[in-house]
Amino acid sequence: MLRFLLTRLSLVIPTFVGMTLVAFLLIRLVPGDPIETLAGERGIDPARHAELVKAYGLDKPVLTQYAIYIGRVLQGDLGKSMITQEPVLQEFLALFPATIELALCAIVFALVLGIPAGMLAAVRRNSVFDHGVMGISLTGYSMPIFWWGLLLIILFSVQLGWTPVSGRIDVKYFFEPVTGLLLIDAWLSGEPGAWRSAASHLILPMIVLGTHPLAIIARMTRSAMLEVLGEDYIRTARAKGLSTLRVVGLHAFRNALIPVVTVIGLQVSVLFTGAILTETIFSWPGVGKWMIKAISRRDYPVLQGGLLLLGGVVMTVNLLVDVAYGVINPRVAHAK
Amino acid sequence: MPSETSQAVAAGGDAPPGPLREFWASFSANHGAVAGLVVIVLVLLMAALAPWVAPHAPDLTNNEAFLKPPAWVEGGSWSYLLGTDAIGRDILSRLIHGGRLSLAIGMAVVALSIVTGIVLGMVAGFARGILEIAIMRLMDIILTLPSLLLAIVIVAILGPGLMNAMLAVSVVVLPHYVRITRAAVLAETSRDYVTAARLAGAGRLRLMFIEVLPNCAAPLIVQASLGISTAILDAAALGFLGLGAQPPAAEWGTMLADAREFVMRAWWVVTFPGLMILITVLAFNLFGDGLRDALDPKLKR
Repeated sequence: MLRFLLTRLSLVIPTFVGMTLVAFLLIRLVPGDPIETLAGERGIDPARHAELVKAYGLDKPVLTQYAIYIGRVLQGDLGKSMITQEPVLQEFLALFPATIELALCAIVFALVLGIPAGMLAAVRRNSVFDHGVMGISLTGYSMPIFWWGLLLIILFSVQLGWTPVSGRIDVKYFFEPVTGLLLIDAWLSGEPGAWRSAASHLILPMIVLGTHPLAIIARMTRSAMLEVLGEDYIRTARAKGLSTLRVVGLHAFRNALIPVVTVIGLQVSVLFTGAILTETIFSWPGVGKWMIKAISRRDYPVLQGGLLLLGGVVMTVNLLVDVAYGVINPRVAHAK
Repeated sequence: MPSETSQAVAAGGDAPPGPLREFWASFSANHGAVAGLVVIVLVLLMAALAPWVAPHAPDLTNNEAFLKPPAWVEGGSWSYLLGTDAIGRDILSRLIHGGRLSLAIGMAVVALSIVTGIVLGMVAGFARGILEIAIMRLMDIILTLPSLLLAIVIVAILGPGLMNAMLAVSVVVLPHYVRITRAAVLAETSRDYVTAARLAGAGRLRLMFIEVLPNCAAPLIVQASLGISTAILDAAALGFLGLGAQPPAAEWGTMLADAREFVMRAWWVVTFPGLMILITVLAFNLFGDGLRDALDPKLKR
């Protein structure tokens, strides 16, 4: 087990170093002189220019610059936003809970609907229900979620007036953040109506962001279940006279869960990709919207830092899933 | 399929069916895949014949018809079947012309990434050693970063626009092709026919592209057909964020970006471009799933 852990860890380090290299080099691809970009359209006088080149270390060889950069990254210094002058890491950490809350709710939504739907579809293979689930999930998988979000807004916010159009909670509620997750904070605050307001703001973005994972999880659960249902031990269990519910719910489900867990881990990347679009549509104050704003303001340190941080989160979650996978299924840990 | 029929007849009634015929038999048994193919052909025809099919020019504005609803809604007119947008352009015509851009983007992205992917995958599979590690690590990194985020950062750096958006999406989808090619190369190079070709004095390039490549075609074709849908979706997302095709270009994602502010009062401006994206992407996914079932013997029922 320890060896398995160490092998996985040793794979992560070069990937992370490579990621910093990508982040470092991408920013250098920005056309034009970085100092002039920084100065904007006002222009800059040559003396000040030379001073800034020195201050930013741009006169040193590229390799040295990279070494300085990675040294700073390891100390948690990702530079400052060119617009707000706030440290990038601090801005990220302030906004990240909003994205986490949205992503967590979306994945729970996808699991709660996707796993039962996939299981039922597998048990009733080739039934109308099966075809329906597969058809809907392929449609969900093909869905441009930015359009899906707009449609839901038209239907539920504009036509029916059931949900708010944007934001996380009604402005009239204010309380000290405890966890950063508004659903929990609103509940803890004890203010009447606060939780309801937070939940009604969350529901549409949650559905929109959960759509792709839902489709993938339903399909994956179905195919994993189909594979397991064909195994000998399932026939044995049936032959023993166990009820279908027991056979499917207990014997088959537990074994079908292994590939499903892997797929859930892979959804982190899908969720962050979706969060960028979802947060833009619903004005959800998370890191996705923050990065889109950084693009229009040409705030390169934010882009660079955000890319590295989100990549790092995905990498960490993938590592955890790998390790969890080794724990659930010892064959994986002992392979090789 | 007259040519295939005659081929089978010529081969004699009892002979096993030819590969093309076998492929078609298993592909056409999948109704979804055939439906996908039909929709793809229709959308392709629509895009190719856009100037003749579209009732209006895509950029033609009409000062008397701002935000006119579709024909069947009160206040609509039959000269603007799906209504008009905020500056009086015919939505139907823009959708038809937009098909050209969206399909061209999808195909160009796949073409670019498949060619680069094959070359990198071949090099990784044949060269081994440090070069292989470097290429595969880089692909791992690209796969780890959330795809749209990386594409956005690339476009942000190179500057918004159609070409840069296509380039960014190609980079993001590249690892799939590299991985498939490399895996196929590793599986194939240990086969006897490759050893035979090598003994016969075939050079490395010949081994790569003439001996091995045709034998890894099936998974690449499947990935390409599914990849077009991803490319169309990602390019539309970039267009929606204002980073892809720039206005006044009639691209489906860009049309949606323009439409955002009319969510409250003109549903038709929002509904139709997204519907076109959904239908096209769904068709390519159905078609790709069918191709995979028909081409990949491992997944055959």
